[in-house]
Amino acid sequence: MVAASLDAAQVWRVLARIPDPEIPVITITELGIVRDVRLESGVVEVSITPTYSGCPAMDMIERDVLARLREAGCCEVRVRTVLAPAWTTDWIAEDAKARLREYGIAPPARRTPGVDAQRIHLHARAVPCPNCASARTERISEFGSTACKAHYRCLECLEPFDYFKPL
Amino acid sequence: MNDQQRAKFEYLLRVGDNSLILGQRIAEWLGHGPQLEEDIASANVSLDLLGQARLWLTYAGKVEGRGRDEDALAFRRDQHEFHNCTMVELPNGMHSKRDYAFTILRRMLFDAYQGVLLPRLAQSADAEIAAIAAKSGKENDYHWRHSSDWLIRFGDGTEESHRRAQAALDGLWGYTAELFVSDSIDRAAAAAHLAPAAQSLREAWLAAVEPVIARATLLVPAATKFLSTGKSGAHSEHLGYVLAEMQFLQRAYPNAQW
Repeated sequence: MVAASLDAAQVWRVLARIPDPEIPVITITELGIVRDVRLESGVVEVSITPTYSGCPAMDMIERDVLARLREAGCCEVRVRTVLAPAWTTDWIAEDAKARLREYGIAPPARRTPGVDAQRIHLHARAVPCPNCASARTERISEFGSTACKAHYRCLECLEPFDYFKPL
Repeated sequence: MNDQQRAKFEYLLRVGDNSLILGQRIAEWLGHGPQLEEDIASANVSLDLLGQARLWLTYAGKVEGRGRDEDALAFRRDQHEFHNCTMVELPNGMHSKRDYAFTILRRMLFDAYQGVLLPRLAQSADAEIAAIAAKSGKENDYHWRHSSDWLIRFGDGTEESHRRAQAALDGLWGYTAELFVSDSIDRAAAAAHLAPAAQSLREAWLAAVEPVIARATLLVPAATKFLSTGKSGAHSEHLGYVLAEMQFLQRAYPNAQW
């Protein structure tokens, strides 16, 4: 059996090298969407949780997981989608957040339930600019280039940038 | 299906169809947004709603147990088999094809409703309903922020934007009554602890929308006896047009994939 040649730790190592299709500087394990790996009678089952329900990258991620594990020698691979507990940006690894910043995307702030539950939000929270670190930034739009991002602008260096929204 | 499963199936269609049909309506704005950022915002919200609809309809198909998947339910049901509330199927404007004040106002009323409903569904006795609701609820927070912020700007903006926002509120308010009146399906879902009683959501919903309406300097219209009936399958003339466009490809080329 070829599949038996990979143990769970090795499967995790393969998964840890798969980049997010839209933000290639972080991997799907750093994103926190791989929830579980199980090996049973030669079948590898990977549980993945979606970031946003409508995120078109999820289908591509599933295809990448299947392809990369087969390349690594797993014959039978299944991807299972789990919804609970719902994904949160708090699961993104800290060093991955630093890499997001270097890539030009402001990483998500930690979720603060009391503040996030506020009912009226005309004033956005302060998001430091990923390019010059200035706190003088403004939100252009709550929605950006992908489901997970908002669109901001730095008032200091004048660069527009994406903000990975806390979810 | 026994009566209980039947009620669960139809309740799931109500929640799923609300997202599907409103998502389809909002998608009509693509390429026509009043500014680029709003075009992108519409695409994002529409995609979230579509993603949520897929989860609800997939589960509805499982509950029904006749082998219908999300696509079969979305593309091969006729009007009377859809169970969305009437409000979400209305065109994007009352007096023109596209009125952004109307679109935003409807979203604000709906996002507030989802903001009240989804946390309650997240407490459902059914684990799958709870999981989908918890996930969708987090996404809905951003929709609500977007629609309520814009409504305040419109209402408290120029004379023209105020007039259009108030006209939209006057036109839409009556359609919200349907959301808070329980019928036999709602009662069965509540009795089985799958969902909250429809009427129990009204107070929290008002507590969300009224401050936004007040801050937008708009006036809540007087209550009327009008009651729309979309959720029971009796729709306005508008749903047919939505389905004609949404279902065309799968009707013309059954099972087409690309």
